[in-house]
Amino acid sequence: MTPHVELKNHQRERYLFSLRLIFCLGFVGVLMAILVARAFYLQVWKHEYFDTMAESNRIFVVPIVPNRGVITDRNGTVLARNYAGYTLELTPEKIPDLNATIEEIGKLVEIKPKDLRRFKKLMSERRSLQTLPVKTRLTDEELASFAAQLYRFPGVEIKARLFREYPLSETTSHLLGYIGRINQQELDDLEKKDLAGNYMGSDYIGKTGIEERYEKEMHGVTGLEQIEVDAGGRAVRMLSRTPPQSGKDLKLTLDAGLQEVAEQAFGDYRGALVAIDPSNGEILSFVSKPGYDPNLFIDGIDTESWDALNNSPDVPLNNRALRGQYPPGSTIKPFMALAGLHYDVRPPGLSISDPGYFLLPGSSHQYRDWKTGGHGKVDMFTSIVVSCDTYYYGLATELGIDRMHEYLEQFGFGKHSGIDLKGEVSGLLPSSDWKMKRYQQIWYPGDTVSAGIGQGYNLVTPLQLAFATATLANDGVAYRPHLVKEIQHAANETQAAPEPLYDLHIPAEHLALVKSAMQAVVKPGGTAVGAFWGVQYPVAGKTGTAQVIGVKQGEKYDAEKVSEYNRDHAWFISFAPADKPRIALAVLVENGGHGGSTAAPIARKVLDYYLLGKKSKPMQKVEEKAGAEDD
Amino acid sequence: MNLRLIKQRFMVHLDPVLLSGLGALLLVSLLVLYSASGGNEMRVFGQMGNIAIGFVALWVVANMPLHWLMRSAVPIYVLGMGMLIAVALFGEISHGARRWLNLGFMNFQPSELMKIAVPLMMAWYFEKHEATLTMKNYVIATLLLLMPVALIVRQPDLGTSILIGASGFYVLFLAGLSWRVIIGLLVTAAASAPFLWNMLHDYQRHRIMMLFDPSQDALGKGYHTIQGMIAVGSGGLLGKGYMQGTQTHLDFLPERTTDFIFAVYSEEFGFVGNLFLLGLFAFVIGRGFMITANASTYFTRLMAGSITLTFFTYAFVNMGMVSGILPVVGVPLPLISYGGTSMLTLLLGFGVLMSIHTHQRLVKT
Repeated sequence: MTPHVELKNHQRERYLFSLRLIFCLGFVGVLMAILVARAFYLQVWKHEYFDTMAESNRIFVVPIVPNRGVITDRNGTVLARNYAGYTLELTPEKIPDLNATIEEIGKLVEIKPKDLRRFKKLMSERRSLQTLPVKTRLTDEELASFAAQLYRFPGVEIKARLFREYPLSETTSHLLGYIGRINQQELDDLEKKDLAGNYMGSDYIGKTGIEERYEKEMHGVTGLEQIEVDAGGRAVRMLSRTPPQSGKDLKLTLDAGLQEVAEQAFGDYRGALVAIDPSNGEILSFVSKPGYDPNLFIDGIDTESWDALNNSPDVPLNNRALRGQYPPGSTIKPFMALAGLHYDVRPPGLSISDPGYFLLPGSSHQYRDWKTGGHGKVDMFTSIVVSCDTYYYGLATELGIDRMHEYLEQFGFGKHSGIDLKGEVSGLLPSSDWKMKRYQQIWYPGDTVSAGIGQGYNLVTPLQLAFATATLANDGVAYRPHLVKEIQHAANETQAAPEPLYDLHIPAEHLALVKSAMQAVVKPGGTAVGAFWGVQYPVAGKTGTAQVIGVKQGEKYDAEKVSEYNRDHAWFISFAPADKPRIALAVLVENGGHGGSTAAPIARKVLDYYLLGKKSKPMQKVEEKAGAEDD
Repeated sequence: MNLRLIKQRFMVHLDPVLLSGLGALLLVSLLVLYSASGGNEMRVFGQMGNIAIGFVALWVVANMPLHWLMRSAVPIYVLGMGMLIAVALFGEISHGARRWLNLGFMNFQPSELMKIAVPLMMAWYFEKHEATLTMKNYVIATLLLLMPVALIVRQPDLGTSILIGASGFYVLFLAGLSWRVIIGLLVTAAASAPFLWNMLHDYQRHRIMMLFDPSQDALGKGYHTIQGMIAVGSGGLLGKGYMQGTQTHLDFLPERTTDFIFAVYSEEFGFVGNLFLLGLFAFVIGRGFMITANASTYFTRLMAGSITLTFFTYAFVNMGMVSGILPVVGVPLPLISYGGTSMLTLLLGFGVLMSIHTHQRLVKT
């Protein structure tokens, strides 16, 4: 049984084949037409577009990064400079196996674990197509050996760069701040401000301090080079060039020698010091202890060093001079005395009797004087010299909180000083309005009592206190505290001398009384006599102690019983020479105990250096017993 | 007298019309290669060598009687399949694909052999069953096609498998595969696409999307397509001039002497140059169609048609991918791109065409 199969007709088959072949011919024709149409579309219709693309392929705009401005102190000592060096940088997008490449590079140049850690951190915060340094500051040998092998590493480049360096390291850390690699957030910010073009080739931007505040001035204007390149990015020839404009150099008001003396004077203590020229607001010294090495931050700090800095109980990254807020304690007293005189509440000759405590009318709560048993008869002059608390409890009560607020605010308490640094905090100068707004509570008379000796709600920064002291030293004529003396300018330009902010018009006799009392503070019978024994110039000062923890009624504060971080902070404000002040300062020693014993000696060293050119040894941290001879 | 006789003997199985078309394309190849290689004569000499070897093969095949060709179909196919299986089992891996067979003295790519062997085998099979063609024959012929294609897809070598798949499909189509079956297959494929798409992993979808939208990976594979389109487009109407293409000479174009040589040509000779080149291709393809139409046997018709259409497919896929209307699959521009193997296979194919043309002419006279 064979299945029935139809034998094909040859003629019919040839005909069918021809039909199929004609169909194929048509098919080929249509596809050919599509190719022609596509070629027409690309080469004629969109020619201009693709021509531009080809040109931008070929022409590479290379930004020429301007040199960043150099920072010097008032005498020309260099505080921040640039030096040329070579780095090995990777573009992660161009490298298929990053780890293998880094390992290979490691065979040629030493890559420290620190470099790797930093590289990993940079990877997590990089911008796309950014090159990241895997090794900075190549030595000449490393440069030579790697350059010969460079062809083996696509996506790896050797770049010549200017590095920032801070020669004084820790000493200037808090005021200069540092520059660091631009992160995505900063890039977005630059784009918002339309500055991204000027940062096309820049890898660094000021992150804190002067470097951040004067970024615009110091960065400079980026230049451009138009270069014809091949696909490998190799330059074929230069087409045009616009040179960059270097960033402006800054001359600070700072005295680097004084800064070093002040920083060393703290020894192991934490704290802050701000010294100002009262006649113009120039900041001569700006210390926050402990500092940190700003050089660590420039190429991106590695995680380990960062953790060490960030988690230290001493918070070295905190700028205490600018952002530390502490109760002013007794340093508020000279200003309180002026308020008393201003409102005619306490005539200078009026004496009160100090039994060692103060009672509000109708209350049995004792506000204690620091001196058990009291100071006896105390007038305004004596109240400053011996730092009598009872006198100011009464004065504050008589003034009332709102008059205190009104008067003290003029000295800059509770306000930004307007210093040329970012991140300043305002401290706190309380008033009844403030308390109502903040706590929805009325102001109690007891609040006023403690405010009178600079405790309670009061908070000041070392900068604010230095500014207030400078204003007092300059007879009530205030200058904005500032760190930059001059921004580099052309020879024919002049930069305006600082103008006073305001004049408080304090009557001369009020000033004379308070200033003479402050001079007596450093003399026998005063609270800071120990630190200023044998001083060769007239000096005015006031000690202060800021409580960290409250002491209960009927208990006595004992430094030995509280942990180090809960001990009182020590303050000292001062200006000298007292008759014609050239320097005014505020010193804070965290947990330093008594102003006269830890803060005043630091001030003495700073003043000696500035006025006499004398250097002295740093302080040793001494575990001393709480004495009763100073406040 | 004697010389003329030799010349006549030499030329007798060659087709001067087809030969002139091929010659013109090969001249273009040498010219463009010189520019694409940045003025490197070695590349040009190398290609001349490839052409010489190819022409020897062309002449030999053109002079073979057709029944030799038919008789060799099964052995060549079986040999090719054996080597493909050998490659799959213990082939050499290079550039992430297992395509090469180490023969001791040379590396051989069996998939190249299959470009001829598959249509040859299918055409032989149809010729054998010409008188009694049923659906079963088409199924078997399809299996003969799919077995090698599947092995080549797995290597993976998408470009070659597409070309072999196309060459076999042309044989099926010309052999009269029913329209209903063709349309049915197309509809089934279109209908099942969404289901297949849903079954894919995200990364697989991404890779497929990449084929169609190169800008998604502008620095990776998409870079080739984008730079190719820029080269073609910036060429404009008249081109940038010979040796003047910036995309070519500043290294922006990848694979300039091989897969992307069409971009080099387009950049330097422009739209007008492209019309000329397409004209040359059309001339060769047209001649192929004429030979197909005049072929006397079922076998020769299928063979000539498949060779001609595959040649066109080669050119279309390459130009389409360079100009950005087709995804990038590694297919060189036939007769123009640098390369010995593809030159040999192509000229061998044209040798078959000439043999078909000249032997039946001899039969006729």
